[in-house]
Amino acid sequence: MRLIAVVLASLLGAASAMAQQPVDPARVDAAVKAAFPTAPAEFQPRLAPDETLKACSAHRNAPPQAVLAAIRARETATIEYPPDGKFLGDWKKGEALAQSGYGMRFTDYPATRANGGNCYACHQVTRRELSYGTIGPSLTDYGKLHEFRDSDAKAAYEKIYNAQAAFPCSLMPRFGSNKVLTIEQIKDLVALLMSPDSPVNQGR
Amino acid sequence: MKLRRILLAAACAMLAFAAPALAEDDTEKALEKYRQMLKDDPWTNPGLLDVDRGELLWTTPRGPNNVSLAQCDLGKGPGKVDGAFAELPRYFADADRVMDVETRLLWCMEKLQGFNRADLVKRPHPGGGAPVKELGAIATYVASKSQGLKFAAALTHPKEQEAVALGETLFMRRSGPFDFACTTCHAEPGRRIRLQGLPQLSRPEEARNVIGDWPAYRVSSTHVMTMQHRLYDCYWQMRMPELELGSDVSVALIAYLTSNARGGEISAPTIKR
Repeated sequence: MRLIAVVLASLLGAASAMAQQPVDPARVDAAVKAAFPTAPAEFQPRLAPDETLKACSAHRNAPPQAVLAAIRARETATIEYPPDGKFLGDWKKGEALAQSGYGMRFTDYPATRANGGNCYACHQVTRRELSYGTIGPSLTDYGKLHEFRDSDAKAAYEKIYNAQAAFPCSLMPRFGSNKVLTIEQIKDLVALLMSPDSPVNQGR
Repeated sequence: MKLRRILLAAACAMLAFAAPALAEDDTEKALEKYRQMLKDDPWTNPGLLDVDRGELLWTTPRGPNNVSLAQCDLGKGPGKVDGAFAELPRYFADADRVMDVETRLLWCMEKLQGFNRADLVKRPHPGGGAPVKELGAIATYVASKSQGLKFAAALTHPKEQEAVALGETLFMRRSGPFDFACTTCHAEPGRRIRLQGLPQLSRPEEARNVIGDWPAYRVSSTHVMTMQHRLYDCYWQMRMPELELGSDVSVALIAYLTSNARGGEISAPTIKR
């Protein structure tokens, strides 16, 4: 029995070692740089991962404890809060943002409107929108489930601003820290989730 | 007693999820039926026009050198098209590079026909409504000549293995303002983006099911989309710049995906949403 366990463990070890095929990072960087030769100057920073993404990619989004703590600390420090101290904006604007996938694609320049959050690509948000993705959890009744607590509105704001502060290596974009959405836009999304009159909380 | 409690909890959980799961199941079943109907009658696929166009382009003398692609070696000897796609990507000694079908055609068009490479990679993919470009049409023709075969690229040459490893690393590499990698969408089973199902391409069972579909005719953009174009489109969505046709990144990702899809049947060109 123990022998089987040992054999299994070594097999698993071998498999993961094989999966982690070491590719010279300089080779990867050079290949990426060469693969996007028409990238304008303002796109150049997109080609390389930052410290956090480097760690997430290397650990397949499941880093060990020490790395996790480092990411959490680093990303938490990037969060900027609304100057007026309020976390709930306009849920109607939030719904429009949740629907829009516009922004920052190379065909979106010069920009003709504000960036969207494209929440529905990955999340169920309101019940009335049936075209939603399932990469992230369903957000229906979000505010109701959180009993509309102020502390949870703040947590939702932080989660949208920088998902990795709460959940290191989350698949979700760091919308605030990466300057995809503004503070006001994030407040509108928080309102979509946390306002009692938002369709998110008007179910059945 | 304990078991009964667990069973009860499980039953409750199933009830809670049964309704949406059922609706999704029905949608998926209907979509599968639609796809099967298209498969059952391959003549409904407008991509076949591009197969014919590609064949004509392959055999017609073209370019500054006014020669056909009869001397183009896709890996099985000059001019041999039958079954060549099933063994790509592969290492080509003459170019000292691993190449997928499109990168190889790019090379042949440049070296044999005398086309300017810079011109060919400048706008290599069609916009919505426009037909696939010439190189893409030829690639579609070449792929169609491996229909029914299984992916069998050897991928044993050190450079081929390096390409697969690079592709796997790139598949997981997160960057850009949205922090995306291929794995954001394609590393877990049963996920959707909006209503579109996402194959878990790191898993051979799923890669085998879909990689052989490409090049494919896309109903939504009314043209054939090649694999290089598909990757270009993924990077567009990932907020990355324009991926160059024939770049090491594109070849490495195709090598990685094809390696995962080994043994999967080639049915290109298929028809997609």
